[in-house]
Amino acid sequence: MKVDWAKYDPGPFYDELIREPGKPRQGASALARHLADLDEGQLTERQADLERAILEMGITFTVYSEGENIDRAWPLDIIPRVIPARQWSRIRAGLEQRLIALNLFIDDLYHDQKVLADRVVPREIIESSPNFLEPCRGVRPPFGVWANICGTDLIRDSDGTVYVLEDNLRVPSGVSYMLENRIVTKQVFPELFAHNVIQSIGDYTSDLFDMLASLSPRPLDYPEVVVLTPGIYNSAYFEHAYLAQGMGVELVEGSDLVVGDDDCVYMRTIEGLERVDVIYRRINDTFLDPEAFEPESLLGVPGLMRAWRAGNVALANAPGAGVADDKVVYSFLPQIIRYYLDQAPILPNVPTWLCSDERDREHVIAHLDELVVKPANESGGYGMLIGPQATRKACREFADLIRTDPRNYIAQPLIALSTVPSLVEGGIEPRHVDLRPFVLQGERMAVTAGGLTRVALRKGSFVVNSSQGGGSKDTWIVGREQ
Amino acid sequence: MSLLSRVAERSYWAARYLERAENNGRVINVYGNLLLDLPLEAGFGWHTLIDINGNQDLYANLYPTPNSLSPLRFLISDANNPSSIRAALRMVRENIRTTRDIFPSEAWRSINELYLFSKESLRGAISDRKRHEVLSRIVAGCQQINGMLAANMSHGPAYQFLRIGRNVERADMATRVVDVAAATILKASDDLVPFTNTVWMAVLRSLSAYQMYRQYVRRRIVPGDVITFVLLDDHFPRAWRYCLGQLETALRRLPRPEDALRAVARLQRQTDELDLARMDHADLHDWIDLVQLELGVVHVAVQQTWFTLEAPA
Repeated sequence: MKVDWAKYDPGPFYDELIREPGKPRQGASALARHLADLDEGQLTERQADLERAILEMGITFTVYSEGENIDRAWPLDIIPRVIPARQWSRIRAGLEQRLIALNLFIDDLYHDQKVLADRVVPREIIESSPNFLEPCRGVRPPFGVWANICGTDLIRDSDGTVYVLEDNLRVPSGVSYMLENRIVTKQVFPELFAHNVIQSIGDYTSDLFDMLASLSPRPLDYPEVVVLTPGIYNSAYFEHAYLAQGMGVELVEGSDLVVGDDDCVYMRTIEGLERVDVIYRRINDTFLDPEAFEPESLLGVPGLMRAWRAGNVALANAPGAGVADDKVVYSFLPQIIRYYLDQAPILPNVPTWLCSDERDREHVIAHLDELVVKPANESGGYGMLIGPQATRKACREFADLIRTDPRNYIAQPLIALSTVPSLVEGGIEPRHVDLRPFVLQGERMAVTAGGLTRVALRKGSFVVNSSQGGGSKDTWIVGREQ
Repeated sequence: MSLLSRVAERSYWAARYLERAENNGRVINVYGNLLLDLPLEAGFGWHTLIDINGNQDLYANLYPTPNSLSPLRFLISDANNPSSIRAALRMVRENIRTTRDIFPSEAWRSINELYLFSKESLRGAISDRKRHEVLSRIVAGCQQINGMLAANMSHGPAYQFLRIGRNVERADMATRVVDVAAATILKASDDLVPFTNTVWMAVLRSLSAYQMYRQYVRRRIVPGDVITFVLLDDHFPRAWRYCLGQLETALRRLPRPEDALRAVARLQRQTDELDLARMDHADLHDWIDLVQLELGVVHVAVQQTWFTLEAPA
């Protein structure tokens, strides 16, 4: 049986490939036509090839379950998601605008705090944030940039509007899967690439290296850049190794590094100790340095903050950048962009109620069954309430949680995530997706062409996290930009 | 790119375990054949292989009431025996997984494939019918990885650590195979006497050395010649002396190799001075014990020089 787009019905949702049954969107027609030439048996066969390739290439992610870490093969759906290049130009401009404003904001918070004095952002929100790190005050990271690598989560509502859902400024992950998705999809579907103008994404590791090298405190031709990982038990270890390999730099663990009496960072090599200039750290702020934060942390490097404050080593992202990666701060982003750039935000925020505000809080508690409630400071889709799908009991429990710790909760309307045709048992059906592009800022800026598309593989589900049954798709920017 | 001490250590162990998996695969296949040639009364059995690896105590602990399949399970698929093929391949995979940034990505892919294959098929390899095929694939898989590393990886410091690991393991294997064969024949009943040559041929085959031996030693199999070839040949890659030479060249390419080189030089002197004509089996056994201890000294020197760097001066 052939794939029949006339029978594909995305319902009330915005489908990224099919406008209405039988009618592909601009940019997706070649893909839709090609898929319609295959029968479902062939498609299932390709999907099996793809899964075998993933297993053999060892593309895994780690989940913690029942007391142990398990390596699972990375889930990838064979049907790509397509974004027309013209649409993408606008999104990219919006992403750059956002990160520039965020970095100006963070730099201000750790210096003059004009944004607080001018009452654009309420002072108590910053003062009560666990991500505002006192030891970072007064530090001047290169180019005034604190968040060098940002993974921004985008979602599209049923009317086609693209919203920013989250700015991940701490240790955003997923970029390696974006790169591998492309390699694997090319391998099993080469003919698709022959018939479409698809923007290449292969430059990411070069862009990342150039950005990191630009942060070096020593003017060297070959600065010593390393990737710092918490180790193989971290869920993103695959990515840490992948990026180090792609950049040709050392993948280090905390115990490989040592801070000398000269406040410089060294790594232990077979030649002896060698100075390190730039650390792309994939360890959370408070585990970086047991001298400055968690004294019990075995992951970090004693004295690292000392070396960073002295300007002898660059850390990306800079410690303390997470202060802007907070869902309460997020709600002020439109004002922050206007304040620093005097521009209108290109990409809108999802409307957000702050439970710390009394009027908002009462509204949220009265409408829990319509809203999504999230902790301000969690990631990975944990600890949230999806009101329309939750039981009354769960709603009541959340109302109590919100009253006990209002600063820690925000609420948003449930956005009906857009869909993409996905191969499931019994054929092709719409499944909900989001998109995480990656934005780099150092001496220059760079944005990935597309990003990582995550897909909720369970029917009707909006939860795209890979730890909770989500999968992924290759993402194509198709056509030429204006 | 600089080589981290931790990465050097894991490369070394990856190579040791890879060599161990290959050696065990080959030895088990050879002994499987040998057992079919020998009379039951000869008292030769799978236990001999457990002795070769020096694992008698662990085996007795894990299998207090062994059955006829226990030795093979222990040697092939038992995850609790760190020298079993399955455990060795898992260790190769873990060591390469945690240093995969320095290896060519095909190497990771190959070891991952081999590991997945071993997980699926090693349990089945305990049966007589399947064993040869599965183990041959494991041996070929190990060789493919070694070949790929030799051809696709720069022969810089990281590669030298692989070479050191591989040759420490090979050198160790050569002495063990000789030691066990000599001891077994010494202890065996008279029924084994007509089969002595068959046993020594198996010794050669378990080191992939049979064909090369025939080319270099152009007469029928004589125990003394076999021992000379396995220990003292200058050209055969699994011969003890050849492995020492490889260790020396690899060490010379690393910074500050003096301590480790001294330990290797001592072994080379003991090897040059070995006078097999004047030794009986007991002397040979003592000599092998001695050089195995000295090989341990090389290992410790490598570890102290490059793997365990103390805090900055």
